[in-house]
Amino acid sequence: MSRYDRAISIFSPDGRIFQVEYAQEAVRKGTTAVGIRGDDCIVLAVEKKSIAKLQEPRTVHKIVAVDDHVFLAFAGLTADGRVLIDRTRVECQSYRLSLEDAPSVEHVARSIAGVQQKYTQSGGMRPFGVSMLVVGYEIDGQPRLFQTDPSGTHVEWKANAIGRNSKTVREFLEEHYEAQRGNAAQLAVASLLEVVESTRSIEIAIVKPNEPIRFSH
Amino acid sequence: MSDSLIAITGDDFVLVAADTTHTRSIMVVKESGEDKIMELDSHKLLAASGDNGDRNAFCQYVQKNSALYRLRNGTPLSTRALANWTRRALADALRKHPYSANLLLAGYDASPTEGKPGKVSLYYIDYLASMQQLPFACQGYAGHFLLGLLDNGWRKGMTREEARELLDKCIEQLQTRFVLGAPKFAIKLVDKDGVHVIESADA
Repeated sequence: MSRYDRAISIFSPDGRIFQVEYAQEAVRKGTTAVGIRGDDCIVLAVEKKSIAKLQEPRTVHKIVAVDDHVFLAFAGLTADGRVLIDRTRVECQSYRLSLEDAPSVEHVARSIAGVQQKYTQSGGMRPFGVSMLVVGYEIDGQPRLFQTDPSGTHVEWKANAIGRNSKTVREFLEEHYEAQRGNAAQLAVASLLEVVESTRSIEIAIVKPNEPIRFSH
Repeated sequence: MSDSLIAITGDDFVLVAADTTHTRSIMVVKESGEDKIMELDSHKLLAASGDNGDRNAFCQYVQKNSALYRLRNGTPLSTRALANWTRRALADALRKHPYSANLLLAGYDASPTEGKPGKVSLYYIDYLASMQQLPFACQGYAGHFLLGLLDNGWRKGMTREEARELLDKCIEQLQTRFVLGAPKFAIKLVDKDGVHVIESADA
């Protein structure tokens, strides 16, 4: 088996690409992130990693803007995430330069997934150890939430969690989403509290149509 | 050359005017309605004269890169930094694939200290990538007619009304004496509250 996990561009005999699976394992080690498509807003919430005493807390950004109307949170290797985020920012401006229109949230998610897929198939480089939750409102007012992962897929969700203990959080969401979707911020915090110590370890951002994103710590 | 751009600064505002014609040599493609003053971000204006294609392509390039900087760094570029970036972009292209665009870049920068007033600045950048920060400026033949008028009429700390009066005199002169003095000028203003459209380019 171990013969098939060296190079990224080789399948194992049972049809798996080990490097992609190992990358997904790296994501499972990252701090948890939750995304919820609520009735009147979209919410992103992340677990704040506990930091060393001497470390400045404000230099870690897990929820970022990639364009004026598209935001994302990621789980996994922070440095990989930074690289992907920068490429996405350039892609958004490039889209605006060519088409004189804002890119749709779906386009952005697809472009991130496309980059992640490239690294599963060529060049001898390892995949990005990152999953992303990409959110925003489309031009027609529809809220969108997409998840990308190291294999290069992008899938739309009503609510999802990534990173460590994401299974627990996702099960909580499955149970409470329908009832609580009108109160997405509360739901996000409640779902994260299933797996983190206290609300002090949660950072949350709320996206509403045509409004700047609001952060709460 | 046939496009006219005029800009006048006060202590806390910059007034920018541009004619609204689209011409090609001896032909008038559009007599009015062409907006040559692009809003780069919430507090910056870029007025451009020159061939329509280069003008649009270059201004959009500046605008998108300005947005990219803001998203990457969480804060917009200062007017001075953006002017220098723009000049550098023109200079790099000059001996490869030059843009024939002449620019006036005006912006308001908030003060780094809270509560203190910000400042405005105006930069003249021409197609050969020379740049100068100025209290008032023109692009195109308009300068031949107006720099004397502006020299005489401009004072430091003009009010918006005084600046508008001076600008109106300039436009009147162009319309009287310049064979390509366009009938309609678009006018925009930038100050601490952002960009304001004083006279729309729309016909």
